[in-house]
Parts: sequence; C-alpha cells; structure tokens
Amino acid sequence: MATASQAVKKSSAGLQWGGTTSSIVLRLVFVALFDAFAIFTGWQLIQGGVAPLAAVIWLIALGITIVFLRNDAMPLRWIMPGLAFMVLMHIYPVLFTVYTAFTNYSDGHLIPKPVAIQQIEKQTYLPADAKTFAWKVYSGPNDTFALWLTGQDGEQVFKTSTGEKYTAEDLKEQDVQFAEDGSPVAVGEFTPVPANQRFAILPKLQPLSFGPEEEAVRITSPTAAAQVRQKFVYDPVQDAMINQETGVVYANQRGTFTSPEGEALIPGFPVVVGLENFTRLLTSPALRGPLFTIFAWTVIFAFMSVLITFVLGLLLALVLNEPDLPLRRFTRVLMIVPYAIPAFISVLIWKGMFNPVIGIIGSQWDPGWFSSPFWAKVGILIVQLWLGYPYMFLITTGALQSIPGDLYEAAKVDGASGWQQFRSITLPLLLVAVGPLLIGSFAFNFNNFTIIQLYNNGGPPIPGTPTPAGYTDILISYTFKLAFGGGRGADLGLAAAISIVIFVIVGAITIFNFRYTGMLEEVSENV
Amino acid sequence: MSSAQATRKMGSLKAQKRFGMAWRLAVAFLAIVFSLFPVVLIFSTSINPVSEVTVTKLIPDNATLNNYRRMLGDPQFPFPLWVWNSIKVSGITSLLVVALTSLAAFSFSRFRFRLRQPLLRTVLLVQVFPNILAVTALFLILLNLGRIYPQLGLNTHAGLILVYLGGAMGFNTWLMKGFFDTIPRELDEAAYIDGASSWYTFTRVIFPLVRPILAVIFILTFIGTYGDYLLARVLLTDKSQYTVAVGLSLFIGEQYSQRWNLFAAGALMAALPTLILFYLIQNQLQSGLTVGAVKG
Repeated sequence: MATASQAVKKSSAGLQWGGTTSSIVLRLVFVALFDAFAIFTGWQLIQGGVAPLAAVIWLIALGITIVFLRNDAMPLRWIMPGLAFMVLMHIYPVLFTVYTAFTNYSDGHLIPKPVAIQQIEKQTYLPADAKTFAWKVYSGPNDTFALWLTGQDGEQVFKTSTGEKYTAEDLKEQDVQFAEDGSPVAVGEFTPVPANQRFAILPKLQPLSFGPEEEAVRITSPTAAAQVRQKFVYDPVQDAMINQETGVVYANQRGTFTSPEGEALIPGFPVVVGLENFTRLLTSPALRGPLFTIFAWTVIFAFMSVLITFVLGLLLALVLNEPDLPLRRFTRVLMIVPYAIPAFISVLIWKGMFNPVIGIIGSQWDPGWFSSPFWAKVGILIVQLWLGYPYMFLITTGALQSIPGDLYEAAKVDGASGWQQFRSITLPLLLVAVGPLLIGSFAFNFNNFTIIQLYNNGGPPIPGTPTPAGYTDILISYTFKLAFGGGRGADLGLAAAISIVIFVIVGAITIFNFRYTGMLEEVSENV
Repeated sequence: MSSAQATRKMGSLKAQKRFGMAWRLAVAFLAIVFSLFPVVLIFSTSINPVSEVTVTKLIPDNATLNNYRRMLGDPQFPFPLWVWNSIKVSGITSLLVVALTSLAAFSFSRFRFRLRQPLLRTVLLVQVFPNILAVTALFLILLNLGRIYPQLGLNTHAGLILVYLGGAMGFNTWLMKGFFDTIPRELDEAAYIDGASSWYTFTRVIFPLVRPILAVIFILTFIGTYGDYLLARVLLTDKSQYTVAVGLSLFIGEQYSQRWNLFAAGALMAALPTLILFYLIQNQLQSGLTVGAVKG
C-alpha cells in the first residue's frame, strides 16, 4: 500500500509531466497516433451511417487521451488496453443488443434509414414525354455494359453502366474508329455485342441504368431506350417519400415508407417499437408455446447436466480417494481424458456413435437418438455426462482432500455410521467448497450452444411453429436460429428480446454466486 | 489379547483392506472403460480403410494410415489449414489476453487509486452478461469495421481475435490479481528504493515470479478459444478461413456415413493440441485455481 502511494507521489512530485523525457515523448506520439486513427475511423463510420459505433470509438480515444496525458491517471494506463477491448467488443455489443430488443430489426428492416433512403431514391420511372433512343450494346470487363444511343433528333451519345458519357465528338477526339453505320468500332475496353446475342443479355441490361445519374438512360424494349427520371424524393419535413410520377406520399410507418393504399417501399429500416417484441413473446400463442417448451428444456438441460456429472464425479471421487490405491495417478490420467478433448470433437464423436447406420450404438439400438424428442434429449445428456464428469471428479477430489480428517475421527467416536458421516460431514463441507463451481457450471450450460447445435441443430423440429424451433433447442440456440435465419427470415429484434431474457436469468444466477462466494465483498475489503 | 489373536485380527483386517482395494480398483477400471471407449473406438475407426462399424476388432483388417494421409492432403477439406488457423487464432488471442490482463492485474494489485474498486467490480460484473449473446451486434461491428479496414472485417482472423479480446478481462484479471497479491510487496518496494520505475518493477521483478499463473491463463484461454464454435461459425464465412471447430462440423453433413473414418482421423489430430496443454496444467485445475474454467 505504502509502495503504491509512494510510487504515485514520487512521479508527480518531480517533473510536472512525470517520467523521463523519452517516456513523455513516447506517450505523446502514441496518443497522437491513436487519436488520428480514431478520428478517421469514426468519421468513416458516420459516413456509412453507423454513428453509435463511431461514438464508442471516440469515447475510447478520449479515455486513452486522458489517461495517458494526466499524471494522476498513471495506474489506469495499465488497465486501459484491456478496458478498451472490453468496451468495444463486450459492453457496446451487449448494450446494442438491449437496444435491438426494442426495435423491429429484421429482414427488410436491416439497413440504417439514410442508406435505405439512398437506395429508394435510386429507383427511376419513365415519364410520358421521355426522350427515346435506338440502342446498340457494347460489353466491357466485369459484366459492365455500354450503349451507343441514337436519338430521334439524330443526337448520338455513348453511355456506360459505370456512369460515364461520351458524345460522338468526344469519341472522335479520342481517335475512336467508326463503323459504316456510324457507331464506334470499340471504345476503350468496350466492344460491340453481336446482334444475335442481344436477346440473351437483355435480362442483364434491364436493371442497369446508363450514363450520369441526372440523365440516366434505361432500356425500355429490345429496340428502344429512354431517359428516365428519379421516381422517389425524400421529404424530411413530412418524413415521407414522394412519388414524382403520381404525387402519392409514402409516409414512414414503423420503418417502412407506405402509401395510403398500403403499398410499401423496399427496403425498410429499423425503428424503435417499444415493448412489442416482449409482448409478442408473452402473448402470441404461436411463439409462446415453443418458447415455454424451450425454456423448460433449457433449465432441465443445465440442471441435469450439472446433477448427473456431479453425482458420478462425486461417487468416483469417494471410491478412489484412497491414498493406498495402487495406480492412483495412472487411473486419474486415463479417466479424465474426456475433459481434455475439446467439446466440439466429443459431441461429434458421440453423434457418430449414435448414428443409425454407422454408429456402434445407433446401429445396434436406435430408439430415435435424433428423431425422438425424448431420446434426443437423453442422447445429449449422455454426451454431457461423458465429457463433464471428469471435471466434477477433479474438483470433488480436491475438495474431499481438504476436509480435515479429525472430523471423521470424532464422528467415529460418537458412533456415526458411514452414511451418517457422509450426510452430515462430507456432503455439507463439499457443497460449500464446490457450490460456486456447480453454479458456474449451471450458468455455463445454460448457454452451451456447441453441444446443442452440433448434436442435432436443436432438432427434431417442433411442428407448426411460426419460427424455427426444435425439441432440443435451448434458449441460445433458438436465439441463434431467429437471428441468423432458419430459412424463414431473420428476426433480430425478437432474438435480442430473448437474449435479454437470458441475460436476466444468467445474470441473476452469477450475481447470486458472487454474493455466495463473497467475491464482490472481497473487492471492498481488499483496499 | 494374545499375540496370536492380534496377528489373526490383523490378517483379517488386511484381507478386508485387500477386498476394499479390489472393488475400488474394479470401479476405477469401469470408469476408465467409460472414458476411453469412445476414444479407442475413434482410433480404431481412423485406421480402418472402410467406413464401417467395428465392434469385434480393435485393429481392423488391413489397418491403414490412409485416412490420416487423406485428411492432411485432400484439397477438398483443407484440414491442416483449419488446424493451423485454430492454433494461430488461439495462440495470438492467448498471448494478447495474458498481456492485457497481467498489465491490468499489476495495477489492481499494486496501486491504490480512486476508480480501483468500481473498475474491479465492473470488470467482474460485465462477465455476467456473456458477449456470445450479443453475437449479432458483434457481426455488425465487424461488418462495419470491415468496410473501412477489410483486414479487420468479417471472415478475417484479425477480426475474430478482436472479438475474443473483448472477453479477455473478467475472471482472468481477477484470478491474476489474486496471484499478484501473494507476491510480497517488499520486493517492489526494494526496487522503488533503488530507483526503479513501475515498468521496470513489473517486467523485471514481478513478471518472473508470476509466470505460473501466466502459463495457466495462457493455456486456459488457448483451450477455450480453440474450442469456440459459435463466434467462429458466425464470423468466418470462407472454407479457407475456418477454424478446425467449424471445419470439422462440416463433416456431419449428409455424407457423414461415408466419411466416418476420415472424420475419426481428423478428430484425433484436432484434439491433440489441447490434450497436450491440458495435461500440462491438470494439477492447477484440481487445486481450484481456475474458477473460470467450466465444462460439463
């Protein structure tokens, strides 16, 4: 303690800047470089429509600047690097998820509003009085195309799908050769497409617009092209899109520009919808049914995983906790092999063993290891037992060895039976020692995505649900399916709402565990 | 009690004890069989030239190393690349985690400052909300960062490592700070009196003494990262970028039954790195040093 305050005092008592000149220069250079990087990155992000991420990066930069320039913040300099990553990749994503739960973030509402507006404003229409042209097509590199256009008034112009425009005069200046019909032989890398292939590439040409945006030309028929106009213009006052052709106002309704007749413009953008995702979870019968099944199984899965591994681990620890047992070390080394194998490999191995065709178990006896809701769950728990019991064996062995032997001596003198000794001495003391680890294990299994996903993707599927859900899905694998689509579209808002439910449950368990072990109190005492 | 009686009684005690040992050994044997059966089976499958069920023979007819050779050389599954990707990502992540957390732990253990307690608490409490639940947000962050710095975006190892580093602090800092606290302060005090800077004290005095905990954190992080499936699966999209966890899971597709022996060879090879590391720290695992290490 004395050391620390001395150290801080020592550095601030000397030079105003503290430290050697080279360390000051080093710090200044580092802060300058980092800030330059952060400002540039944040600026780029804002351009791309992701202001919150920019704010987080600037916040981190601000923290780093303060901590590295102020002398009294010296102890924080050591913590700052780890903290920066924690803020960017842990705290911010968690807060973002909480925010997402209150939005309608989903397929069709994925891109930020400014980007959605930009995309809609790219749509064009063909006015009645449009300038029309006859066209001849040229193809360029990487699926780019160009048109040689001849207007009714004899105007001739070359427009590319990359937005460029050259008049006949421009081309002549560039020494472009012209064919007999007056069209250029080739312009740069663009060469004419033979007439007989014209129909084949027509589908590719139709979505493209040629030339600069303000006078873009589109193909209207196999022989004609016309100058088009921007179809929608955003009006910030009404927060609406206005159709330039018809004058219809498409008002912003929950993240979709919609006409009074109910016609919606694509794409939409995410907007805050309040508690809607949560009320949907609780009230929609189609969602509530599978959610309840999944929630119940999540709790059973996590609880049973801890229970069966603990019971087997404890039994073995009791039996093998005998100092004179021959080959004790050797036994232990072999027994804990499953714990040393990565879980993703263990579950794949067992999946193979349960396989009805090639599996050593499944080919002999297959009650439906993957197709029956009940037996799939049993299969998962068998895998959990195998890969988890060595851990329980290790920690209970450790705890057993720490129970003082004279307690048993005293119990024997009082005439307690073996079972009484176990119930009154071993078990309570053991639970005190490994209790927090058991709770930790429960919290871990609550989110044990790897096992569930790799065993059977959460299947077999629950029939008749609006969202993809399976009988062995736990909350996190269900969330994953909602977020990354099971072929039925991503609903990130709903997924985030479930994530929050998990946060609350796992958070409560873990905080209870901290209380139980006094981990947080330790912080206060340890001054 | 005559001496003869005493001897007889001791004899029966010995017999009883021998019986006690015998059934304990029998239980131990059963446990070993349960633990090793799948592993032995996988080994037997991995040297089988055909993908089939072998129940009767440990060493199949025409045992071969061909499956291993195919896994190492077949361009259809870049298996060695996946293992290398995993080792690279896990190795770099673990090194950086050790660096970040040892710096933080040193400060938490040795300095007293105003924000110390709140920060220590925050670091611990943040862990309460696992960031895998925010996987969509992480996906979007990398997507957006990747637009500016393609080498940090989706489908890059640097981006994945960046995400893993978000979970670096938490229990690791806690564990390490506890260990740092056991190093007597007199040591750094002596260094300060000799005019050493905090940095010098950290690197030359403390660092050598805390190597055991650094090794444990390194190995635990390595094993944890190597075994991650969710984040790697979401953030990596190219076969050539996959970690071995994502790559091997490709094998459980529809042609699984034909490739069972190939998968077996791959599984054994993929398990090797963590198997070795695990046995290096198994004693520390048992002494309960590792609250953060949960499995099962």
